[in-house]
Amino acid sequence: MITIVMGSFQSLPDDHQYRTLSQKTGFSLEQIAILHNRFKQLSQNEETLRRDDLKTIQDLESNPIRSQIIEAFFDSRNFQKDVVGSVEEIGFEEFLTVMSYFRAPPQHITEEQREEIRRAKLRFLFNMHDTDNDGTITLEEYRHVVEELLSRSGALGRETAKGIADAAMLEVASISVGPMAPDEFYEGITFEHFLKVCQFVRLYAEAT
Amino acid sequence: MSVRKRRIYIDYCGMFILVLGLLVGSLMPLGGAASSPDTGTGHGGSHGNKNPGNGTTYSKKPFPVLSFDYEHVRLPFEISLWVLLASLMKLGFHLIPRVSSIVPESCLLIVVGLLVGGLIKMVGEDPPVLESKIFFFYLLPPIILDAGYFMPIRQFTENLGTILMFAVVGTLWNSFFVGGLLYGVCQLEGHKLAYVDLLSCLLFGSIISAVDPVAVLAVFEEIHINELLHILVFGESLLNDAVTVVLYHLFEEYSSVGSITFMDVFLGIVCFLVVSLGGIVVGAIYGILAAFTSRFTSHTRVIEPLFVFVYSYMAYLSAEVFHLSGIMALIACGAVMRPYVEANISHKSHTTIKYFLKMWSSVSDTLIFIFLGVSTVAGPHQWNWTFVVATVIFCLVARVLGVVGLTFVINKFRIVKLTSKDQFIIAYGGLRGAIAFSLVYLLNPKHFPMRNMFLTAIITVIFFTVFVQGMTIRPLVDLLAVKKKQETKRSINEEIHTQFLDHLLTGIEDICGHYGHHHWKDKLNRFNKKYVKKCLIAGERSKEPQLIAFYHKMEMKQAIELVESGGGAKLPSALPSTVSMQNIQPKKPSQDRALPQLSKAREEEIRKILRTNLQRTRQRLRSYNRHTLIADPYEDGWNEMLLKRKKMKELEKKMNNYLTVPAPPPDSPTITRARLASDPQAWGLKSVTESIPTIKVDLASPQSPESVNVVDEFSKKGSQPKEEEGGLTMKVPSPAKQRKDKTPDEEPQQRLMRCLSDPGPAPEEIQPLRSCSGCALHI
Repeated sequence: MITIVMGSFQSLPDDHQYRTLSQKTGFSLEQIAILHNRFKQLSQNEETLRRDDLKTIQDLESNPIRSQIIEAFFDSRNFQKDVVGSVEEIGFEEFLTVMSYFRAPPQHITEEQREEIRRAKLRFLFNMHDTDNDGTITLEEYRHVVEELLSRSGALGRETAKGIADAAMLEVASISVGPMAPDEFYEGITFEHFLKVCQFVRLYAEAT
Repeated sequence: MSVRKRRIYIDYCGMFILVLGLLVGSLMPLGGAASSPDTGTGHGGSHGNKNPGNGTTYSKKPFPVLSFDYEHVRLPFEISLWVLLASLMKLGFHLIPRVSSIVPESCLLIVVGLLVGGLIKMVGEDPPVLESKIFFFYLLPPIILDAGYFMPIRQFTENLGTILMFAVVGTLWNSFFVGGLLYGVCQLEGHKLAYVDLLSCLLFGSIISAVDPVAVLAVFEEIHINELLHILVFGESLLNDAVTVVLYHLFEEYSSVGSITFMDVFLGIVCFLVVSLGGIVVGAIYGILAAFTSRFTSHTRVIEPLFVFVYSYMAYLSAEVFHLSGIMALIACGAVMRPYVEANISHKSHTTIKYFLKMWSSVSDTLIFIFLGVSTVAGPHQWNWTFVVATVIFCLVARVLGVVGLTFVINKFRIVKLTSKDQFIIAYGGLRGAIAFSLVYLLNPKHFPMRNMFLTAIITVIFFTVFVQGMTIRPLVDLLAVKKKQETKRSINEEIHTQFLDHLLTGIEDICGHYGHHHWKDKLNRFNKKYVKKCLIAGERSKEPQLIAFYHKMEMKQAIELVESGGGAKLPSALPSTVSMQNIQPKKPSQDRALPQLSKAREEEIRKILRTNLQRTRQRLRSYNRHTLIADPYEDGWNEMLLKRKKMKELEKKMNNYLTVPAPPPDSPTITRARLASDPQAWGLKSVTESIPTIKVDLASPQSPESVNVVDEFSKKGSQPKEEEGGLTMKVPSPAKQRKDKTPDEEPQQRLMRCLSDPGPAPEEIQPLRSCSGCALHI
């Protein structure tokens, strides 16, 4: 969970704008102010953020899935419905929208709303894996995921990655589809299968 | 009841009565003073001297062919009898299924203890009491070590704040509430209880308010409650030891003086920090020592478990030397050493450690409860209605209030809030047990004239919590529909996604510029990987990323399951046997495949035959040792690789001779082997190397693009030793390709050769190429 530390209350220049953002994403005004500061810091006071700006963050260097995280920020699916493709630069609104996926769900909401939030978060995760945007995570994409995870381990990781990805895929297939005849072909993990398999991830989704 | 079952019951009862009789009999004096089995060492002497031993008069006796000298084995004999009794009780409960599902084992054991105690008393003896020294040095450590070693670290650290709150603040609240109110009651009561002063009451409060890990474990294990609640209550019971130790010593010291100043309170707080942190540090040091030692045990695998046990015990004892919290030391030791030790030790040692710990903790646990029962019968009692009833009530009330109040505060900081159902279970699960009893027993009667009353009250509370709460918690859990433990096996998907999420959240935190929980966890992990693992894990396993280690472990487990379940004929249900590689591999158009495809059934048959027979062959070649499998490829030096290939070729030749056995039936493995043996091409790996690329082109189209990859490894060998290392390590995980086959390193060259010499088999057969390469170079 990303608990945004409450900084000191600063004057909010774009109060009205913040309010609309707050309504849209669910962050509080102070949180938005803090994130806006961070945004300005990263984008060197420009209006839009580019990939290179994110790449300059020191701490991200050692993160194995760094490129995927950065991509997620520029992936249109995450901030606009029914649009695919990636953009070169994003504004603060898009930045905030992506960040809102990691916000804790508010206290007093109905079960359906909670469920919806969970789905949205898992969809975000799914989109991160499904790079070619066909709605399924194919074996290749899954392999890529595992390879990235093990990318810091050199050659050792790359070879095992395939084995691991294959095993994982088999597991998903057997859980989602059950027994398959040898001629059938399992296209890839759809979002529904993803939900089913990643049941434990629901807990995380709750936590994030 | 069937005849067989009746037989079992009768046999069991007979044996039990025999042991019981022996036990009671052993306690009877052989002519003199009574003694308790646990304390007596020096009661030789007065018992039936056979030889008067007067120096002056000799009377020649016939040489004693058979003599009865019980005394000199008395102590070990009695201990063994008690252990035997405890174990037989455990057996007995499981023969009576109905009872054990209603009544938790701990209750039954206490009842048995009561019976045995009563029996002993009837005979006229003094039943033995649960000596504190024996309890704290011999009975408690195995249970705590078992808990600490197998503690789920992830859940524990995630809920650490909550656990600490309950353990520290909760216990403090309980002690003062109970102590204070009891003092009030004593004062109000008047004549009989007026002598109980405040400090004694507070001392009593502090002893009784600690939730007992033994009791909690015993009850919670049977109800299979969800992991969060389990770790909360259990973690609390472990961590409150530090608080109990400090409060106990504080009040004990100063009750003789009669008053406590602010300075003492302040020192008490400092003492608490010292006790808990000191205990953890001591434990961590021993844990690291154990991990370091395990690095060198590759040649003496047999004593590996010993190191784990002895180092942990030493940690406990060392902490006790300084009056630090021994329990926390033990937990820290187990938790710290586990990841490193498990990476270093062999699979058999791992199993040994697991089973020894479970066995010891089980026996300890049983003995503790039986002794509680016996001590109840034995112990000096002083019953005082007011005091006892007040104690019970106040304990309950304090617990409920404490939990509710603390949860209210804690929920403000938690993401996954604790519901009222959770709160109820936490409050209800606060069982008291033998630790409290032993602590009271340790009190000096001179300083504490009301010790007996305390003892009675404590026993009553323990009985109440264990019997009433222990028995009713299971139906209540069902009634309240509390979430039970998920029986899901940890899957590879879960592992992948957990790691992915960890990295993702860390990344997001970095982007936010916010140094949160994930950031520090990530830093710790990287530190661990970079420095600590290098020191403490032997060989190349130190570089193995967690995901791969997990994957290997899972494969091992599945391979073992497979072998256990009958050598591959019947696949274990855990495997996704219904889906195999061909279902998920993208199918390439098969027009460029020039070779006929073997029918699936035939192929499976061939595989099965090869698997079952060649597995054995392989084992004859070399004993299956996980570490040599992995350790070997990590030798640096390209030349050594060549040397190995040479050695392997020689071995092949040996096998060649070995395998030319005449008169094989068709299709048996021997004939396939013989065919291969006679094949001139078969053993020339070098030639194969060259020929593979050509075959590969034809067969590249089949389902596994990996075959291409593998061959690449072969061809690239000359240029990139590093690459090859990667190729070699593929050895163990190869079964991923053959989920159905599940034989880690069984794919022999034979198959490879066969494939090459006889282009009949399906392209899938080429898949083992990868493993073959690995295995070939491995030898």
